[in-house]
Amino acid sequence: MSEYKVKFEVFEGPLDLLLYLIKKEEVDIYEVNLTKLATQFIEYIEMMREFDLEIAGEFLVMASTLMYIKSRELLPVDQRAETEEEEEGEDPRWELIRQLVEYKKFKDAAAQLQTLEARQENVFPRVPGKIEFESEKPAPKPDVSIFDLLNAVNSVLKRFEKRDPTRDIFEDKWTVSEKIEYVVRVLTSRESVRFSELFADATSRSEVVCTFLALLELIRLKQLVCAQSEDFGEIEIKKRPAAIATPASSDTPNLAPDTLA
Amino acid sequence: MELKFILESLLFSAQKPLSPAELREVFANAAAEEDADATVKSLKKIKEAELNAALEQLVKDHEAAGRSYRLVCVAGSWQFVTQPEYAPWLKALVGVKARPPRLSQPALETLAIIAYRQPITRAEVEQIRGVNVDGTMQTLTERGLVEQTGRAEVVGRPSLYGTTGLFLEYLGLKSLEDLPAADELRRIVVEKPPAPVTADAGLATNPPEQLQMSEGGELKAETPPPAS
Repeated sequence: MSEYKVKFEVFEGPLDLLLYLIKKEEVDIYEVNLTKLATQFIEYIEMMREFDLEIAGEFLVMASTLMYIKSRELLPVDQRAETEEEEEGEDPRWELIRQLVEYKKFKDAAAQLQTLEARQENVFPRVPGKIEFESEKPAPKPDVSIFDLLNAVNSVLKRFEKRDPTRDIFEDKWTVSEKIEYVVRVLTSRESVRFSELFADATSRSEVVCTFLALLELIRLKQLVCAQSEDFGEIEIKKRPAAIATPASSDTPNLAPDTLA
Repeated sequence: MELKFILESLLFSAQKPLSPAELREVFANAAAEEDADATVKSLKKIKEAELNAALEQLVKDHEAAGRSYRLVCVAGSWQFVTQPEYAPWLKALVGVKARPPRLSQPALETLAIIAYRQPITRAEVEQIRGVNVDGTMQTLTERGLVEQTGRAEVVGRPSLYGTTGLFLEYLGLKSLEDLPAADELRRIVVEKPPAPVTADAGLATNPPEQLQMSEGGELKAETPPPAS
């Protein structure tokens, strides 16, 4: 065992180790001397144990198979115990060889896949720049009719349709003037706001109605413009450009709710 | 106008690899245009076989021309790619490709078994490799190279695994038929030799010697070199 120099490779499993041992002997798998192989395999396991390496269970299973094959060879043919397995014609030696041949082929195939993997790393696909044509986005329809607005608010109100008949009654704490301030505030921080966004936080039908009335009031006062890019699309609300410079002189947005009534 | 050149122009400017089905759609759409001429209209319902033949011809043309790029079909879709030998410069130009780390040896072995034998159960893979494959199977599944394709109709209904489209892309393969030595590996038939393989000839008739050998652990002295 002293001359048994092993370059310590990590083996993927017992079959890998067996293939390595066979390769070392420079013989064909079909002609391998299994008795000898068994000895070498067990020597190897012994060595792994000496190095305190963890021996996977698969190695021990293989070792026992090899020992079985070896011990079987010790008996003259006519004295061999006929096991049930053998009655089916399965020779353990043959079974092992078959397994080794199959594993060897896949190991070779894996090497070929590795070559492909490395080759593919060096292959670059042609990625042409995107051919762009001037796409004409339909210009927003400048005017939104009152019916468009009503349609939009109706769809918001649908959220509150399906309500439990028994519910808490709250004081109506929203006023149109507060909501006007809210809309104006939203539009000072941003360029435009989508119709649905204005109602996103609304918690009740009356709040939606208040916000909507505030919106109508601001439109009436020509503080806001509404635009819709396509039929039944989302309505976008913007400040009227002129309104920023010269706010309506007499009609301040701060209207009391009763003004609208 | 030749069909292959029309295809060449399409693949030259396509944003992504095109499958024959996508190419046929292009032909159909072109013919549907109002100002389509007779040639364009004649190609409206081009057959896939014709397309494939023209594409194969194009591949041969490019090969014969010995250009720095070639036309390939990866996972069923066609595209132009550069030849691998120009990689050093291309890497400098476009930067190193964002590619996951290379596969480990166990992962490659497992992948090879699944690729050639799919659909296959985990137990069958383990039987071929002789080791547990839980870890590697997980890696391969996470990387999207392998996926569960169904269940085997045997006791316990274990999952069956197969390779994905990404697997073909990863290795630059047209289809599974394109795997190296595919025919041979699909079903390995191992011929049983007439007089199988044994340990030593005459070993059984000579027990005392063998027992001695085992004790000493020295086998070489008594064993004749195996006939090769």
